[in-house]
Amino acid sequence: MVRMPSLDSISVLLLWTAIAIYALAFIAYAIDLARRSALALDEQDAVLVRERELVGVGARSGVDSVAQMRAEARAAEASVTGPRSARSRLVYARVGTSLTWLGLLFHIGADVTRGIAAGRVPWSNMYEFALTGTMLIVAVYLVVLFKYDLRFLGSFITGLVMLLLGGTALRFYTEIVPLSDPLKSVWLVIHVFVASLATALFALAFALSVLQLMQARRERKVIAAEERAASADGDVAVSMKPARLAFLRTLPGSESLESLAYRFAIIGFIFWTFTLIAGSIWANDAWGRYWGFDTKEVWTFVIWVLYAGYIHARATRGWRGTRSAWLSIIGFAAVMFNFTIVNMFFKGLHVYSGLQ
Amino acid sequence: MSRRSSESPASDLEGSEQGDPLRPSDHVDGVAADGGSASGEIVNPKLGPIGWMRWAWRQLTSMRNALVLLLLLAIAAVPGSIVPQRSADPNGVTQYFSSNPDLAPILDKLQLFDVYTSAWFSAIYILLFVSLIGCVIPRTSHHWKALRARPPRTPARLVRLDDYRETRVEIPQGADAAAEASRAVDLAAQQLKRGGYRIERYDGRGGFSVSAERGYWRETGNLLFHGALVGVLIAVGVGGGFTYTGQRVVVQGTSFVNALTDYSSFNPGRFVNAENLTPYTLTLDKFDITYQPIGSSAPGQAGDFVAHLTTQQVGGEATDGDVRVNHPLDIAGDNIYLLGNGYAPTVTIRNAAGVVVFHDSVPFLPQDTNMTSLGVIKVPDGMPEQLGLVGFFYPTQAKLDSGAFTSAYPDLVNPSLTLNVYAGDLGINDGTPRSVYTLDPTGMTQLTGGTTGVDSIELTPGQTTNLPNGLGTVTFENESPSTATGYEQSVKRFVSLSIHRDAAGPWVLVFALIALGGLLLALFVPRRRMWVKAVVDGTAVRIEYAGLARGEDPTLKAAVDALADKHGAAFDTPGA
Ligand code: HEM
Repeated sequence: MVRMPSLDSISVLLLWTAIAIYALAFIAYAIDLARRSALALDEQDAVLVRERELVGVGARSGVDSVAQMRAEARAAEASVTGPRSARSRLVYARVGTSLTWLGLLFHIGADVTRGIAAGRVPWSNMYEFALTGTMLIVAVYLVVLFKYDLRFLGSFITGLVMLLLGGTALRFYTEIVPLSDPLKSVWLVIHVFVASLATALFALAFALSVLQLMQARRERKVIAAEERAASADGDVAVSMKPARLAFLRTLPGSESLESLAYRFAIIGFIFWTFTLIAGSIWANDAWGRYWGFDTKEVWTFVIWVLYAGYIHARATRGWRGTRSAWLSIIGFAAVMFNFTIVNMFFKGLHVYSGLQ
Repeated sequence: MSRRSSESPASDLEGSEQGDPLRPSDHVDGVAADGGSASGEIVNPKLGPIGWMRWAWRQLTSMRNALVLLLLLAIAAVPGSIVPQRSADPNGVTQYFSSNPDLAPILDKLQLFDVYTSAWFSAIYILLFVSLIGCVIPRTSHHWKALRARPPRTPARLVRLDDYRETRVEIPQGADAAAEASRAVDLAAQQLKRGGYRIERYDGRGGFSVSAERGYWRETGNLLFHGALVGVLIAVGVGGGFTYTGQRVVVQGTSFVNALTDYSSFNPGRFVNAENLTPYTLTLDKFDITYQPIGSSAPGQAGDFVAHLTTQQVGGEATDGDVRVNHPLDIAGDNIYLLGNGYAPTVTIRNAAGVVVFHDSVPFLPQDTNMTSLGVIKVPDGMPEQLGLVGFFYPTQAKLDSGAFTSAYPDLVNPSLTLNVYAGDLGINDGTPRSVYTLDPTGMTQLTGGTTGVDSIELTPGQTTNLPNGLGTVTFENESPSTATGYEQSVKRFVSLSIHRDAAGPWVLVFALIALGGLLLALFVPRRRMWVKAVVDGTAVRIEYAGLARGEDPTLKAAVDALADKHGAAFDTPGA
């Protein structure tokens, strides 16, 4: 007799398929970044050749000019925030995005079948939070692509989700068990879902903040190099290392990256504020107090305060730019810490990970 | 993309600062104060006492200070998630002391077991809120004035703004160029007004212009948000004083009266008059629970707890009410929560003469998920010596390999009660408060179990057996109705209820929602100025459109473009 595979095992199968597709998307996006580097270097060479013909050999060879850098950044910005028709045609990025959509379909399939198998929303234990949370990260990223061309974040997003999902499938898988009483609440649906949405937005902000830091470093170098070249004699060549991170030249400038990061972070912050309030209402129903500095509550609060700090930092002289970017990075690190380490190892009332 | 206001040549925008939101001096939009004192780097050594105080106040209410305090608050909150807290996990603290006897007292000195009430944590948030209030009050009064101010004069050279558009419209022969220019500005003023801008005409110096401003809600939202945070803090602080929580165990069929004497523990806030509680009664009629069956994915997992209560207020009707997890019962403004549950075996003890010296349903405290439960029975009177009985109740008794008993399933499948008997002094005569759940065996002799050589007492529902030394008998009553077959109802249940009056909660929620609303306004309402200026230029009218963001405004450029397009189209339509 042939036994029908259970819905839950189908879910697991779909999940592994999604992971594999994300892995392919990751590769496509990585190739895209590498090709952007090559593209940028080619362009640089072309510029150099032109300059040599104009000015003669030797002068300022290998130095990005600040003006050129600014022009590149403006062009990149126009392509990121401009209409979809103005976007650069990047074949591998397109492939990556298509694969990510495909992966998301399987991912949604895995999530929905798990929900149907369990007969409830599929975010009631660690395994399911991870499943749904990562799904929202991908979904938010893909939706944002309609407005901004952030495909340069593709390898980060697919890489992150691939790792989290792989770890989840291997480490966190839990059998379906009935909900425990405290979880039988509409707040489970709302609170956890909104928290996951906030996490997805924070992830985007995080990636943009990291790029902002890299970009700012490059900009500083270019400016310093030009200053040195200007003060040195005309024919002293200032060598620039062939940049491994040349793809940065195809991205908007650090200030633009920062304001993009900020836009995602503030939406994430609003969701997180809501998560905090919804969690308190739920805690009041389930445990008879709206706030008790339970470990999970502490970390939700810490993250909220960190992002409030980040928003402030952006408005504080001397903190805008690099320092505020670090706060966004620390904030997201705390989000990940809260989701993984705190769930697994910290003692508290939120013992819903379902792990032994 | 970036915020343009900070890069704009302020000198060109005469008077543009007057209606701006007031910002601490080290805000990115602020103008650096002379001497650098705003950024706190350079301190003027010749300040008088008043100067010093002003300087200190400026420091305290600066953006940088707010930021540093916020970060300190985040860091200071972390240890409370690592070290057990007395408020959330008192047993954890006790355990910590016994497993780290050297470290624990040091941590205790540092108030690390009470992080959220510690001096250092309090210092941080109190400073933060002082700073907050010091920051918000001047901004509120400034904003109040700004709300009634007119948009500022049109800058002389709009072209210097980042978001700028310009068009030339040729005037037909014979038309009055100045009238056309004026008409253009009229039209723009109308359009801006309809778009929610506050407008002001500034004509003269060879040109006509309208100055428009919108987005006052941004600052209003910011002030609402920060103000509501103060509201949350005050609600917690003051409301907490009127709040109480108390606990009480209620056995099936018995009642609880909401009076101080009837609580097993009671924590009143500072302003609660514990003698004056609303005297309602609660009776536990029945407690329902379901367990996942053996063979399912989570055998024995408990759920669907419902305590069916009858409640009665003084002079009121008796009404039914249920308490479930996530659904507390509201009575007279108090909320009743279900905290725990367990079995309360009914035991009757008779002395050698056959006189009943004890008859009660005794709550046994669950020790594991299969409801192996521990309980104590105290018989102070009616026996030659006081008796204490300590024992376990197993709803589904099973034997471990070691020979010890355990419970294999939480429901009443094979219930069994084992008891050990102690005789002597219970230690309750001198009035020392003793927990009803523990027995202090000092001063008592063990009569059964352990090393006594006498077997422990073991009973199933309905059974009676003799006490050792001819002391009498003990009966484990079967509480099933006479019609019942199995054991399902043989043992009564108890629930542990938690009764709360929360005066702070609703206020905290209101302020939190105001904060959320304020945040939405503060972060998403764009605050901006727009100018449309028309100047006669030979045979044409030159129309200039410019925008200036006050704060984060990624859509400014699009807004200027939209205005220019819409206005251009309307102006070209004759008679518009
Ligand atoms: C409990 C502490 C505080 C928290 C949680 C907090 C949080 C926030 C948040 C989330 C924002 C962004 C939303 C908005 O623009 O309204 C903000 C903005 C702002 N906060 Fe606070 N804040 C706190 C204390 C303070 C203090 C003490 C000051 C005064 C120094 C201050 C001054 C400001 C200012 C001026 C802005 C506007 C920033 C801008 O122009 O973008 N805040 N705050």
